[in-house]
Amino acid sequence: MLLYTLKRLGLALLVATFVSIVAFMLLRLSGDAAIAIAGEGARDEDIELVRQTYGLDRPLIVQYADWLLTTLSGDFGQSLYFKTDVTGLIADKLPVTFYIGSFSLLFALALSVPLGVLAAVYAGSWIDRAALAIAVAGQALPNFFFALVLIMLFSITLRWLPVSGSDTWAHFVMPTIALGYYVTPPMMRLVRAGMIEVLSSDYIRTARAKGLSPASVIFKHGLRNAVVPVVALAAVQLGYLLGGSIVIETIFALDGLGYLAYQSITHKDFPVTQAVLLLLSLIYVLLTLVSDLLNAFLDPRMRVA
Amino acid sequence: MSDTVILPVETVVPKAGSAAARMAGNPSVVTGLILVGAVVAIALLAPLLAPHDPYAQDLMRRLVPPIWHDKGIWSNPLGTDNLGRDYLSRILYGARISLLIGLSVMVISGLIGTALGLAAGYFGGRTDLVISFFITARLAMPVVLVALAVVAMIGGSLPVVILTLGLLKWDRFAVVMRSATQQVRSLDYVTAAEAAGASRLRILLGEVLPNVFPHLIVVATVEAGSAILLEAALSFLGLGVQPPLPSWGLMIAEAKNFMFFSFWLIAIPGTALALLVLGINLLGDGLRDVFAPDERA
Repeated sequence: MLLYTLKRLGLALLVATFVSIVAFMLLRLSGDAAIAIAGEGARDEDIELVRQTYGLDRPLIVQYADWLLTTLSGDFGQSLYFKTDVTGLIADKLPVTFYIGSFSLLFALALSVPLGVLAAVYAGSWIDRAALAIAVAGQALPNFFFALVLIMLFSITLRWLPVSGSDTWAHFVMPTIALGYYVTPPMMRLVRAGMIEVLSSDYIRTARAKGLSPASVIFKHGLRNAVVPVVALAAVQLGYLLGGSIVIETIFALDGLGYLAYQSITHKDFPVTQAVLLLLSLIYVLLTLVSDLLNAFLDPRMRVA
Repeated sequence: MSDTVILPVETVVPKAGSAAARMAGNPSVVTGLILVGAVVAIALLAPLLAPHDPYAQDLMRRLVPPIWHDKGIWSNPLGTDNLGRDYLSRILYGARISLLIGLSVMVISGLIGTALGLAAGYFGGRTDLVISFFITARLAMPVVLVALAVVAMIGGSLPVVILTLGLLKWDRFAVVMRSATQQVRSLDYVTAAEAAGASRLRILLGEVLPNVFPHLIVVATVEAGSAILLEAALSFLGLGVQPPLPSWGLMIAEAKNFMFFSFWLIAIPGTALALLVLGINLLGDGLRDVFAPDERA
């Protein structure tokens, strides 16, 4: 277990380093950062001055090392558009994205586990087919379109929920649904597949033969074992949620990291874009690391990899 | 790696009838083929079907509702948008953009991902380590964010969106092809080809690829649908295909300001997108049942 942990930790560090290089290069090679900082229509000598004060005339590798060191100390530099320090900006927006991410995941779990169990227990029946139909339809619906339909229904027709903003709990209802339904289908399919496999195993037959009630067999013996891979998938799905939150936060003007990323991209505010890209990627690396270690802890066969 | 798809070694149970017969008997495949076939036909026949030029503006006839509304007129069956362009014609031509995106992104990312997956699965060892590292690194970066940033830097256009998505979306191909190749790699016919002295390229393309092809088709189908949805999302955010092209995602974005009074402006392209992707996903699901029933998770 120790060796596996070290190996896995090393891989996570390597990936994190690689992602940081990509995040740095992506926005540095995109065009002349000095022109972006000086603003449009700036004179040549101003651009030259910016280039020198920001150190943009140094070799790329030196710039990267410098950027990495300041970033590691928690300093993401200054935002060109918001005119404040990026670290404070991100710390401000992080909670909203954290809430929307966890709510959506809970929403998806609350939907996918019961549906998946029902579909597995009544495999091949109309319940199974209906659950599959919900999953297939869910994956086909563009999330931004679904979000607009929700707005039309709940904000404009029924007037139950506010359209945009992030001031109250009510503001989080529609974004949670819009973001959560999209990760429901893969989780539901995994619960279904896991349950079908577990329910056909020997110890379930034994439990049934002992005369245990069907509910006890399904939930106590079955679901407990079927749910392990779902935990792993949930961690990965949280990464997708963070990416999807860019679209959803922008639609609902939900003041989180996703909306910040969108604003920074449209305003060519590259220190912010860089920081958000790095942060979201690191969160994903961390989540997969935790989920892999958790899996290895639960299932010793995984440690060989 | 948590993203690795574990494919059980296929216990080949020969079912009654050929693959074609099984496909014809699979309701998902049939429904999917009908939906996708309809959109392909619309895309090909758009110039014949469209009642108007999709770019022609008629400012005297703006925001005309579709025919099922009281004020609908037969010359514009699906109404007109805020610039007076015929909505039916724009929807019909929009099918071309979605299909072009889906196909081209699928080909580009499929080539990259399949090559990487085959190499990693067949050679193993250090090659596998390096390729798996790139897959993990690629998965760590959110596609939407990177795509938005790249398109914003280079400027949005159809080729830029296709290339960006193609270069980003190879991960699923690589993951599935890698594990499928690992399953096939040690089977007798591969060993036999190796013993016969066939070149590695020949073994990969002649022995391994045909046998992992069913997996490839299933991933390719699903990925085409996902690419279409991504393009729509990028265009919706203003960082994809640019106006006046009739991209369905862009049409939804353009109609957003009028949605309170003219919701059909959003509902029509949204439904078109959903139906096309539904068709593609059904096709993918059905093909998975026909070709690789074990993978249904």
